[in-house]
This record gives sequence, C-alpha cells and structure tokens, in this order.
Amino acid sequence: MKKKTKKELLLQGNEAIVEGALRAGCRFFAGYPITPATEISELLSVRLPQVDGTFIQMEDEIASMGAIIGASLAGAKSMTATSGPGFSLMQENLGYAVIAEVPCVIVDAMRGGPSTGLPTFPSQSDVMQARWGTHGDHPIIVLCPSTVRECYDITIRAFNMAEKFRTPVIILVDEVVAHMREKISIDEDEDIEIFNRVKPTVPPEWYIPYEDTPRGVPAMANFGDGYRYHVTGLTHDIRGFPTSRPDEIDPFIRRLFRKISQHFAELHMGEFFETDDAEITIIAYGCVARSAKRAARDARERGLKVGALKLNTIWPFMRTPVEKVLQTSKIIIVPEMNMGQISREVKRVNKTDAKVFTINKVDGTIITPEEILRKIKEVR
Amino acid sequence: MSFRYDIRLSGSGGQGLILMGIILAEAIGIYDGKFVSQTQSYGPEARGGSSKAEVVLSDTEIDYPKAMSLDLLLAMNQKSCDDYYMDLKNDGILIVDSTFVNQVPIQKAFRIPFTRIARENLKREMVANIVALGAIAKLTTIVTPKAIEAAVMARVPKGTEKLNRDALKAGMNAAMKAQKASVPQMLSERVDEDT
Repeated sequence: MKKKTKKELLLQGNEAIVEGALRAGCRFFAGYPITPATEISELLSVRLPQVDGTFIQMEDEIASMGAIIGASLAGAKSMTATSGPGFSLMQENLGYAVIAEVPCVIVDAMRGGPSTGLPTFPSQSDVMQARWGTHGDHPIIVLCPSTVRECYDITIRAFNMAEKFRTPVIILVDEVVAHMREKISIDEDEDIEIFNRVKPTVPPEWYIPYEDTPRGVPAMANFGDGYRYHVTGLTHDIRGFPTSRPDEIDPFIRRLFRKISQHFAELHMGEFFETDDAEITIIAYGCVARSAKRAARDARERGLKVGALKLNTIWPFMRTPVEKVLQTSKIIIVPEMNMGQISREVKRVNKTDAKVFTINKVDGTIITPEEILRKIKEVR
Repeated sequence: MSFRYDIRLSGSGGQGLILMGIILAEAIGIYDGKFVSQTQSYGPEARGGSSKAEVVLSDTEIDYPKAMSLDLLLAMNQKSCDDYYMDLKNDGILIVDSTFVNQVPIQKAFRIPFTRIARENLKREMVANIVALGAIAKLTTIVTPKAIEAAVMARVPKGTEKLNRDALKAGMNAAMKAQKASVPQMLSERVDEDT
C-alpha cells in the first residue's frame, strides 16, 4: 500500500515558513533568535540536521547574513530569520548579496519599532526598510503572507525567485501571522514547482561569472566546483573584478534592475476579492488583509459595494493590479499598521479621480474589521 | 451566513493560556475537522503580566483571525474578567476561575475553582488549564470530549498523561456540578423574560 503523504497539521505561521523552506530545498540556516521570529530558528535547529542540512546560531545578525551568503555561494539554498532590530543589522550584508547576486531568503517577522520597540506586538512598519534599508540604488523582492497556508506557499516561491533571479528575497511577516495557528494540509507528493539556480554548462576556463543573458541573470557556479571567480561588493565587470569604467558600471547597474523589472508579472502575487463592481476597494497586506476581507463582506451584507485587494508582493510594487482598482473604484482605503508606507505608493500611482484614504494604526494592535467599516461609513 | 464561534482564554502569563488555546484549536481543527484559527497576545514577561489566547472556529474559511464578539470567555483572573466581559455577546458564556475571580460582573456565569481543584485534588497547580479545558468541553458544544482528550494527550509531556487525563475529568465533573447549580437561576431568568 502506498504510504499516506498528506498530513493535516495545526501550524504557526513561523512553522509553516520552516516547512516551506525545507520543501523548497533550504539546507542552510544561520540566525540569531529574536521575538517574534524565534520559532523559525528553534524548529530548523531540529529539522535541518535531519535532512543533512546545517543550522548555525551565530553571534549576531550581521554574521548571520554573512553566513547565509557564504553558504549560498557554495551552492546551498540558505535562509535567515529575524525581526526589525536584527533586520537593521543585516542591511549592510543584504546589499552585498544584491550586488554579488547571491540567492538567499530573509524572513523579517515585523514587531513594533523603532529600536527594540514592542517585542511581542505586531506592526507593519518595516515595509520601507525592506525596500530601502540597504544603501545604493537597487531592486528587491519582498513578499508578504497573510495566512498560515500562504506562509508555506510564499516561502517556496521566495526560494524559487531567489534562485531564478539571483537576488535576496525578503519575506515580511507580521507578528500576528507569524504566531497565528491555522490548519493546513501538506502533501509531500504534491507537484510543486521548485526552481534551482542555473549553473554554467561551459568548461571552467570559459566561464564568465557576470555575463549578461536575455533574462539578465548570469549562470552561477558553486564555489568548490572548479569554477574560479571573484566575488566582491565593489561594482564589478563581467568577470567579477572591480571596475571604474563608466561603460561597464552603467550596464551592470541597469542589468540588476532589468532582471527584476522585466518579470513583474511573474513576481506579482495577490488576490482580488469582490472588486469587479466595488465602489470602494480596500488595499491591504499581511494580517490586515484579513480584516479587509471581513470588512468587505460585512459591508456587502449592508448593501455597500465594497471589495478588497490583497497584496502578497510588496516590492516590486504591484502597480498594475492597484491601477486596475483605482480605475474601477471611486474610493480606495489603505489600512496599515504604520504611518502610511504603502498608501504613499498607492497615491503615487493614482492617475484617476479615485480618492485614497488611509487608516494608520500604531498602537501595537491589529486593525479590526470594525475600524475599517467605520472609515467606510465616514468617507463614502 | 456561515457559522462562526469566537473564544477568548484570558488570565495572567504562566497560567498556560496559550497552550490551552493550541490544544483547543487542535481538538477543534484536527480532531473535529472544523476551520480554526488561534492567535495570542502577551507581554514580554515569562510570568505575570496579562496573557490571552483566542480561538475562532467556523465551518468555512476564516477571514478575520482574531476574536470579535465573544461566544465564550474564560477568565482565569480578576483583571481579565474585568477587562473582557464587555466583549461578550448577549448569549455568550462566561466561565471564571473562582479561585481568583471574586467579583463576577454578570449573573449568568459559571464559577469553577480551576486552580483550587488542580492544587488540592490533583496536587499540581500547573494543570489548572487542563481542568478548565475539561469544563469547556462539558459546558459548550464546540468540541467533543473525545477530541479534547486526544488533543491533550498529543501535546502534554510524556509521563504526565494520567495526571492530565485526571485533570480533564475533574474539569468535566466540576462543570457538571456548576451546570446543575446554575439551572434554577437560568430558569428564573427565563420566567422573567416571559413576563
């Protein structure tokens, strides 16, 4: 008889991230524990050795980020997990992963900030830190789950994107979703797309490590496979050596952007909920997307045409889906657990007559459906 | 409209409320097969401070994962009782640990000394949460006794199975007594409503 591979489990968001990472092929984790991301480290310290993977608790988050970059260069799919204060420390090496084009996944379980802020309370205040926390002009991929199931699926997608585009991918999860438990079924036999980085097919002496390709993503050799090449944080030529020639610098920086920007459609993930005929659309992400859906449902019961757009991709900003609801709705409401990080983006892309209103909650508690309903009544 | 039932388990840090929430969610979600979402809120302290766990169950996918109007409130200390009883629905059920809750703000409440039962009958105060789970299984229809027992057994440390099974049973018995005691009171209320 065939072994039953489908399991029904009650998992935390953090635990589902671990399951997703292992499923995607993550075999290296380096991190430093911090609420509300600790469960990820805790669980991986048990699970990784079971699959011949490596778990290291580092001395801090700077080193954690360095370790996962090194592991990835040697060929392992690697990840770290932290919260705002640790994410701040990772920014320098995050930039290194961007310029050296090293695939890796960083989970930031958002808590209240700035500084050590509110360790056990949720917030969504790292949206812009994820975008611009590391210096220099650069593209970045940032994903945001709102259910335990999405924690699993999005982590797999995050690894796929990291490998496919040779870039760090950030998973922004808030404390509510990180600690929330829901039932999910995981089927080990399920056919899930897993992407592994493209390796060079040429002999080592022909290998050009940062050569442009139609996709903008060069083939990546594992350290130790006999392909000798230079990795640096300095702006480099196609062979990986530092350059100061404008005619090499410009195409390199543009390629970094192009490899992400020519694949927006593939990177954008979200959900339209009853937006077709909606006069009012709520745009939300993370745990607040769930309040938004509930508010839309309750409003419809009262005869108001309200829909919701959930953003699962935060960066690159989901301009096309947002423009779509801006064109069909008269009113847009953007509830966020910060002072308005995504609402500014919505306003930036708004070229219609739709009015954009915000709900900004910064008291360490989730925005409730009632609060969104109240705003709907106030502005309609 | 789909069925939705909102539960808040509240008290102070160290009383085992979050574990209770997990066990209850597992019993309802995995063993009884409903949709369930469990969330929590707690301070940075390991003990003391306020702590709450919430469980929402439904027959369809759950949108808002936290408790809204409460169908069931368990208050394991006075502060949580005072803070949250206003969130109860009109027909919501209030269960208090009468070891610590002396002032019950509404008439219709089940007063059961969970901590005293755990301390005196079971000699281990730490199983007060499991005693309370037994009472919840008896006083509501949201979880079957079989499911709650299976979920408790799956979550508690090895070697404590008997203690925890006894705790569940003690909770169920105490709940039955509380139910009987409250019947006349409920009946009289119903008469009042009719007239």
